[in-house]
Amino acid sequence: MARVHLWSSLRRLAGGAEVVEVEAATVGQMLDALVKAHPGLAPAIEAGVSVAVDDEIIANARHSPIHPESEIYLLQRLKGG
Amino acid sequence: MTKHHVTTIVNGETVEFLTEPRETLLDCLRDHLGLTGSKEGCGTGDCGACSVTLDGVLVSSCLVLGVEAEGKKIETIEGMAAGAELHPLQRKFIEHAALQCGYCTPGILIAAKALLADNPDPTETEVRYWLAGNLCRCTGYDKIIRAVMDAAAEMRGVA
Amino acid sequence: MPKDNATGEFRLIGTRPNRPDGLDKVTGRARYGADIVAPNMLHAAVVRSPHAHARIKKIDATKALALEGVKAVVTRADLPKGLTGEDLNLQENTLAGDVALYDGHAVAAVAASSALLAQDAARLIEVEYEVLPHVIDVDAAMAKGAPVIREGAADYSVPEGMHPNVVRHMEFGHGDLEAGFAAADLVREQSYKTEATHQGYIEPHACLGQLGEDGRGEMWVCTQGHWYIRRMSAAVLGIEAANLRVTPSEIGGGFGGKTTIFMEPLALALSRKAGGRPVKLVMSRAEVLRATGPTASASMDVKIGMTKDGKITAASVNFRMQGGAFVGMSPIGEALPCAFACYDLPAVHHVGYEVLANRPKAAAYRAPGSPMAAFAVESLVDEMCRELKLDPIDVRLKNGAKEGTKSSYGPVYNRIGLVETLEAAKAHPNYAIKLGPNQGRGVASGFWFNHGGETSVSLAIGEDGTVQVSIGTPDIGGSRASIGLMAAEKLGIAYEDVRVNVVETGALGVNEPTHGSRATFASGKAAVEAAEQAIREMCRRAAKEWDIPEEAVEWKDGAAMPAGPNAGKFPPMSIAEIASKMGSTGGPISGHHEVTAEGVGASFGTHVVDVEVDPETGRTTVLRYLVVQDAGRAIHPAYVEGQYQGGAAQGIGWALNEEYVYGEDGRLQNPMFLDYRIPVASDLPMIDTVIIEVPNPGHPYGVRGVGETGISPPLPALAAAVAEAAGVRLRSLPMTPAKVLAAMRARKG
Repeated sequence: MARVHLWSSLRRLAGGAEVVEVEAATVGQMLDALVKAHPGLAPAIEAGVSVAVDDEIIANARHSPIHPESEIYLLQRLKGG
Repeated sequence: MTKHHVTTIVNGETVEFLTEPRETLLDCLRDHLGLTGSKEGCGTGDCGACSVTLDGVLVSSCLVLGVEAEGKKIETIEGMAAGAELHPLQRKFIEHAALQCGYCTPGILIAAKALLADNPDPTETEVRYWLAGNLCRCTGYDKIIRAVMDAAAEMRGVA
Repeated sequence: MPKDNATGEFRLIGTRPNRPDGLDKVTGRARYGADIVAPNMLHAAVVRSPHAHARIKKIDATKALALEGVKAVVTRADLPKGLTGEDLNLQENTLAGDVALYDGHAVAAVAASSALLAQDAARLIEVEYEVLPHVIDVDAAMAKGAPVIREGAADYSVPEGMHPNVVRHMEFGHGDLEAGFAAADLVREQSYKTEATHQGYIEPHACLGQLGEDGRGEMWVCTQGHWYIRRMSAAVLGIEAANLRVTPSEIGGGFGGKTTIFMEPLALALSRKAGGRPVKLVMSRAEVLRATGPTASASMDVKIGMTKDGKITAASVNFRMQGGAFVGMSPIGEALPCAFACYDLPAVHHVGYEVLANRPKAAAYRAPGSPMAAFAVESLVDEMCRELKLDPIDVRLKNGAKEGTKSSYGPVYNRIGLVETLEAAKAHPNYAIKLGPNQGRGVASGFWFNHGGETSVSLAIGEDGTVQVSIGTPDIGGSRASIGLMAAEKLGIAYEDVRVNVVETGALGVNEPTHGSRATFASGKAAVEAAEQAIREMCRRAAKEWDIPEEAVEWKDGAAMPAGPNAGKFPPMSIAEIASKMGSTGGPISGHHEVTAEGVGASFGTHVVDVEVDPETGRTTVLRYLVVQDAGRAIHPAYVEGQYQGGAAQGIGWALNEEYVYGEDGRLQNPMFLDYRIPVASDLPMIDTVIIEVPNPGHPYGVRGVGETGISPPLPALAAAVAEAAGVRLRSLPMTPAKVLAAMRARKG
């Protein structure tokens, strides 16, 4: 099970959980599983998030693989100048 | 609105155009003569992107009216190279990577040329103060100053 | 990773050839946004709100339309309804609806046969306003009783009971904060403020748009990203993206400010209304400052705990940022994770709020959010170093993030180069120069994530063996040269035999803009992949000619050659030879690569500045300046230095001079370069640079984006240097002579 860390304001939408464990092989499956487990997260995830899988920030790649032991952080979607 | 007929010499060639009295020289160069190398960055004489010389004097062409060009000699960036041969300043700007976006470059080249005509051996401080009326947002000026100093040295025959 | 990257030995990478666009740019031939003309073209002008907040009661264009030569007027009523989210934001900013939200907000636009006539006509358009109360300052906008800018705009994240102008909230961190502060010998808490600044590109926004009744159109525009222009304009106008063909001009600077639309749909809407005639729209400098860019203003609290020997035990921030009257525009989501990105912290906590104010819709500006965050955090670190009499570089080394550090925003760092920049700064001769009276030295570090993003590149072999590379990321700072170097390196041919073109939307798949320091990284990476694809095809053609297996051919020094003695004895077949026969060996040879690029490496930097403050005037003179930054690998070192120097200059301007000044009436009081004072040549010294190269494992040649990081450290570094030179710590920017002088006088009593 991959561990997904939520930032504080998302936790309210996920029943207070700081870390949600999901069964997923890709970033897309992970996001879908999060919404399935906690439908309240849908608007936040639809609005766009960046995903950090272990040491790599992935702005937008649903098919990027994740491993069972991956530590995943959701971040605000990042902009650049 | 009645237009004025203006005859002037641009980069050594006699040209004519019709202009409204309120049009700037910059607009006339760009819109009536197709010389778009001079740029508008502010329209208020603060940025120097529109620099040209008028009878040898460095001016912001956005602060000169088109009708004032009557009978005058104007030099723009389009006339800086001698045919295919670049002016040393132009060459040094490329060599020193003294431009990034390049929008301020024509105005800075014209201003630097005017400086070196007056003062062939300027100090770094003199170059910096002379070019203080030409804004560049990309480079931090470092490579521009080096390029001007190097071109000056080459033109004096010491480089 | 290719062998040549492992050895670090390159034929071309790391050299400094002339840029391909140099000649056009020094002769005035390069065509920028306002230099494009089309037959039968009209010119446009925009009517803008003179009020910070006002209900639009009536717009009457009768008098304007009565002028001979005036062809069309558009207002919000001409745009489709029903948009949502960011599309609605974009439309709302293109033309105000019922309410004008800031001084300079577009209300109507007019097209006429000349630019002067269009301006005359704009003055004849009568707009009736009902002025509403406004709010400008970020703290004032979230205080009780502040005028509500948009009721119900807050998203899911905002806690109950906050002012309706607070529209986003975020909070994250790790570790035991209380225990951390308890373990500290010194705990300090301070508040900092930064004003909004503008990207300040010298080229005002300009475009030429044409749109027919059939919904097909074209646009020429100065932009960092023409696919963004296409998508956003299509959304605002309700047309189909593929029907709009967008061609980027040369771009006269962007710095993030040209990653979005401001007035482009107006040219298209006017064109459609004027029977499909092309319409040119060029902003004045005042319009640029009033209605485009700028960045956010920020109000920030920082708390740090430190041991006597400089170990940081805990840290927290609470940031408030306004990004104008539009939700989602402030860089609060970037500022928070940047705040402590340079540090390895056992306990850290971040809280942030986005607040609406009656100001223009903020756009990205070089490392959005990072400079403000750096100002607050690095300033307090410096204050505590001075209080504890510790060297500021030693303290940063003691706490510096490195490979394996759990970052302040969660993930663990890959290979990064912060420590290397600190060590190089400490060893640099500038750091040992003895200072005189009224002089001071400041040190600060900074960070930017960098970005990969959607990228599509095409590479084609010409009939004579020269190569064209088509990219979709406009070249702002020399990226064509860098991408050409990488393609030539890979192909084994001369740099001069590769031409890199920035092509229009019709020529490639979707590309994100040149933003997030991604052009050289992402388009370069894709160009190398495309070159590999072309190489494979060229090897295949050679194999067929020689009648040997494909695997028995390798590519070396710009030619196919048999790999090993068993492949047979054939002389190398050069790219020119393969190209000359390609029509009869299977057709054109090209390579493509389309990807959402991953593997970006973050870039860290450390700056050292020396200043002198005039005790009589409060004016700060920058004596010397040093930028040390990790580039991963510098493909074209001159343009890497250019990014370092340009970023530092913008940061120096932000620290010392630049700010948006508003009157009591909510109007911008300095919408011109005379009063919005960016650094001029005589304000700055030479800017020394040291390029650190800690190769990024995510790029075939080790590239890290370098464009953005350099703007962040100058803000706190200058504040630290001024504190030492003048004996006063300024916690709000800019540090104008008047502000420094007042602080010096207040200290003396």
